[in-house]
Amino acid sequence: MTATTRPVPAGPVLPGRGSLRGFLHGLPGVDQVGAEQRAAALGTRSIKTTAKAWAIDLAIRMVDLTTLEGADTPGKVRALCAKARRPDPTDPSCPAVAAVCVYPSMVPVAAEALRGSGVHLASVATAFPSGQAPLEVKLADTAAAVAAGADEIDMVISRGAFLAGRYDEVHEEIAAVKQAAGAAHLKVILETGELGTYDNVRRASWLAMLAGADFIKTSTGKVPVAATLPVTLVMLEAVRDFRAATGRQVGVKPAGGIRTSKDAIKYLVLVNETAGDRWLDPDWFRFGASTLLNDLLMQRAKLTTGHYSGPDYVTVD
Amino acid sequence: MPDPTTPPDPTPARLAVRKTYKLFVGGKFPRSESGRSYQVHQSNVALASRKDARDAVLAARAAVRAWAGATAYNRGQVLYRVAEMLEGRREQFVSLGVPAAEADAAIDRWVWYAGWADKIAQVYGSANPVAGPYFNLSVPEPTGVVGVLAPADSALLGLVSVIAPAIVTGNAVVVLAAEAAPLPAITLAEVLATSDLPAGVVNILTGRPAETAPWLASHADVNALDLTGAADPELAVALEEAAAGTLKRVLRPPAAPTDWTTDPGIERMTALLETKTVWHPKGM
Amino acid sequence: MPAFDYAPAPESRAVVDLRPSYGLFIGGEFVDPADGSAFKSVTPASEEVLAEVAEAGPADVDRAVRAARAAYDDVWGPMPGAQRAKYLYRIARIVQERSRELAVLESLDNGKPIRESRDVDLPLVAAHVFYYAGWADKLRYAGLSAEPAPLGVAAQVIPWNFPLLMLAWKIAPALACGNTVVLKPAETTPLSALLFAEICQQAELPPGVVNIVTGAGATGAALVAHPGVDKVAFTGSTEVGRAIARAVAGTRKRLSLELGGKAANIVFDDAPVDQAVEGIVNGIFFNQGHVCCAGSRLLIQESVHDEVLGALKRRMARLRVGDPLDKNTDVGAINSAAQLERIRELSAAGAAEGAERWSPPCPLPERGFWFAPTLFTGVSQAHRIAREEIFGPVLSVLTFRTPAEAVEKANNTPYGLSAGVWSEKGSRILAVADKLRAGVVWANTFNMFDPTSPFGGYKESGYGREGGRHGLEAYLA
Repeated sequence: MTATTRPVPAGPVLPGRGSLRGFLHGLPGVDQVGAEQRAAALGTRSIKTTAKAWAIDLAIRMVDLTTLEGADTPGKVRALCAKARRPDPTDPSCPAVAAVCVYPSMVPVAAEALRGSGVHLASVATAFPSGQAPLEVKLADTAAAVAAGADEIDMVISRGAFLAGRYDEVHEEIAAVKQAAGAAHLKVILETGELGTYDNVRRASWLAMLAGADFIKTSTGKVPVAATLPVTLVMLEAVRDFRAATGRQVGVKPAGGIRTSKDAIKYLVLVNETAGDRWLDPDWFRFGASTLLNDLLMQRAKLTTGHYSGPDYVTVD
Repeated sequence: MPDPTTPPDPTPARLAVRKTYKLFVGGKFPRSESGRSYQVHQSNVALASRKDARDAVLAARAAVRAWAGATAYNRGQVLYRVAEMLEGRREQFVSLGVPAAEADAAIDRWVWYAGWADKIAQVYGSANPVAGPYFNLSVPEPTGVVGVLAPADSALLGLVSVIAPAIVTGNAVVVLAAEAAPLPAITLAEVLATSDLPAGVVNILTGRPAETAPWLASHADVNALDLTGAADPELAVALEEAAAGTLKRVLRPPAAPTDWTTDPGIERMTALLETKTVWHPKGM
Repeated sequence: MPAFDYAPAPESRAVVDLRPSYGLFIGGEFVDPADGSAFKSVTPASEEVLAEVAEAGPADVDRAVRAARAAYDDVWGPMPGAQRAKYLYRIARIVQERSRELAVLESLDNGKPIRESRDVDLPLVAAHVFYYAGWADKLRYAGLSAEPAPLGVAAQVIPWNFPLLMLAWKIAPALACGNTVVLKPAETTPLSALLFAEICQQAELPPGVVNIVTGAGATGAALVAHPGVDKVAFTGSTEVGRAIARAVAGTRKRLSLELGGKAANIVFDDAPVDQAVEGIVNGIFFNQGHVCCAGSRLLIQESVHDEVLGALKRRMARLRVGDPLDKNTDVGAINSAAQLERIRELSAAGAAEGAERWSPPCPLPERGFWFAPTLFTGVSQAHRIAREEIFGPVLSVLTFRTPAEAVEKANNTPYGLSAGVWSEKGSRILAVADKLRAGVVWANTFNMFDPTSPFGGYKESGYGREGGRHGLEAYLA
């Protein structure tokens, strides 16, 4: 049931055809109503004063500051990198974000702009966001991003293959991208908004972890339903159980739709009460977001100054 | 000719600001796309067109899924809120010529139907003791989008008495207000618009039902037609025939004039409900 | 210390304005008791005295019953249902408007976490009154009687675990059906009922329709025994329920009883584990386990026993025990010293009989009445902790091998209030539910309540149902 005593197929060696399917379908089910109730209940936690200040700084340190637009230019990306290094130019005590996340073509620009900052550089790859490209193309995409300086790769799984039940194919693909990514950390985007059920989210989480994912990530941000609390709850349960079963810890990254400090703190509560202390660290939990950072900065200012801040008092990049 | 002995009053009697009566579609108050209006009691009232009816059906369809999916408790709360808001505007209806007793009865009618929201399934649904190892449950569900011809004989109470039973169970309505009594209808729309009722659940068109009703009757995305206000027998038959094209549920006009003040019963609700029966085996 | 240490987040007490002392609510007014007796209500979290409350003697009970009778004869009985409905709707609205005040008071007087009084008790109270308000003018549609008529004066005695919710469960259907009531709240939790009396005044409810007499067991006994009462409704222990059933024997009084329980919560090997664990926790630690339908016997299929237990312990370690007014508290204070003593005594018996006791590390406040969430493994049906209602945060864990064995063990109790079933297989859930001798069966959920859903027990858990269309039956001739 929980993975503690459930035999896990050895990874990264691919289990025989059929056994992966048997394993994934043997995972305990997720009751939708119960999962959503639990997430909603944790959403009512009241995080105040010192706890709030701590949580906001941690959330800033967990942001993957993201721009994934067709209109991205080197100028836009450089501005974003400057913001990532120093989110609040007026306050040196404000921490830097975890990473900047861009398209592969923007990696060289970002690598230059982030050099020496300690801010990680993530690139989406594998025909982001649809994943609808031949494997060779996806591997080349990945290798190019790494070669240009990305130390984190955010790949998308083939939802089509997953939903069609071709789990082995998805597994092979993730494993191949993992190899192509080399030393770069691999975040595997499940695109949970397209998976339809929490059962599928749990299965896709395990599938990605078995194939070698360093992180599992909810969404591309390019489909209508992005990260939600219950989806993240199910994924946190998966990484918790996977660690208990294999000893290997995998990170979680909700992405898309997290815009306010209040939202971010709910996620941190979820992490705290589901996976626990070990995941309360930018190495193990990230927020994929573009507008969240400014709200975190405004709330941070509110805590420091005692009055509410406004959008004219944080930088627009 | 002004009296030369007294100076002219520097502050003439205040001139009233008149209201523009518009349609109520999708929670907004648009003019008719046709740009037409007609006069009722010195007010210009929007004269709805075929395309307004089409827009209203779109608005109702867009609203009905969430409204039907809302909890019965929530729908009951919203209807009770309508009663509260109507109570607050009671005098306004009286000033439009609605008898005070009718205004009171209309408020109470919302309260009556508010209470049905979470009870109609308990009265009209059933657990069925089928002869076998099966769980078997029948539950009512709203039929969907309902076109309503509002009665002309009771401008407020009659109107409320056809809208409330349709929406309390989760339907959305497109109401064609009686041609001669549009002002209480649009004023009711102003009540509905401020009552937590989701946009599009009730849409009210003023004008000539004889012009717009055929478009509702033949519209493929309308599920039911309430002909209570179709006073012209020929029109009623024609609408019922048109409704047959997509097998709409039809409430025929009453055979005799309706006494809107009596206990309305549950028939207006059940006429616009489907019954869904679920079978499930029972075994270890 | 944990990395993410939630700072205190106390709900403000300022919203509650308590008077130093309260009289009895009779005939629409607060009056002094005939002999002037009073008792104190304390907050179990710190033993601080909240207010002094009058203790009703037989003369006061008589006065209250007469007031109820007069209101029934002259006003409430003859009143059209639609009018009664509007009074009840008013009350429901006022409860909604004053819900935070009521929630804080409930947590103060009872010890339950504000999260529960705010998110569970109060919303259910308002919803219950709304629901029965709607029935008041629809009784002939309920299918219970061709000419539904009220019974008269209802004597209602309620417990301390959900003071205001139990009041709503009693008063709302009674009033909707046209009865008037004399209600006695529990002696440890009388305050929200007295605030409810103020709400009745605010709603301009006719005097005498609702009367509240505070006091202990003797007051309740006098009320139940009063010859002017037509109907008795009681929620509380099976022992007192039995005594009441004897007391009304041979009279024309109608009786409904909602009594104790020892519910089985059955976890099959195909259960959705994470949600089952939540349900187990909610089933026994909700309201400190002061719940008659608590899932106090956990029956786990042996093939998944270790895994479920491991997950359950991990989850229990996350429970936050402490200040009931802190918005992040999951488990509050035990309601009284007497109840705490009973929980301790039965837990000691569990350990003495050989069951293995476990609690997560859990610092408890020094003042007030506290008991750490506790579970016992290795429990058998023969143990006292598997048979007797503990009415506290104590879970007994048993195992089974087959569905038939689960059903047999679940039913092996004189109680029959509720049960839980956890499985992803629908047909099994329905088959097991069919065989369980319990008035409420929760499948893949637990401790769910709704005004539309009938609640009540089989066997020694009582008779009659509260809630839903069935809940009208107890108050209609």
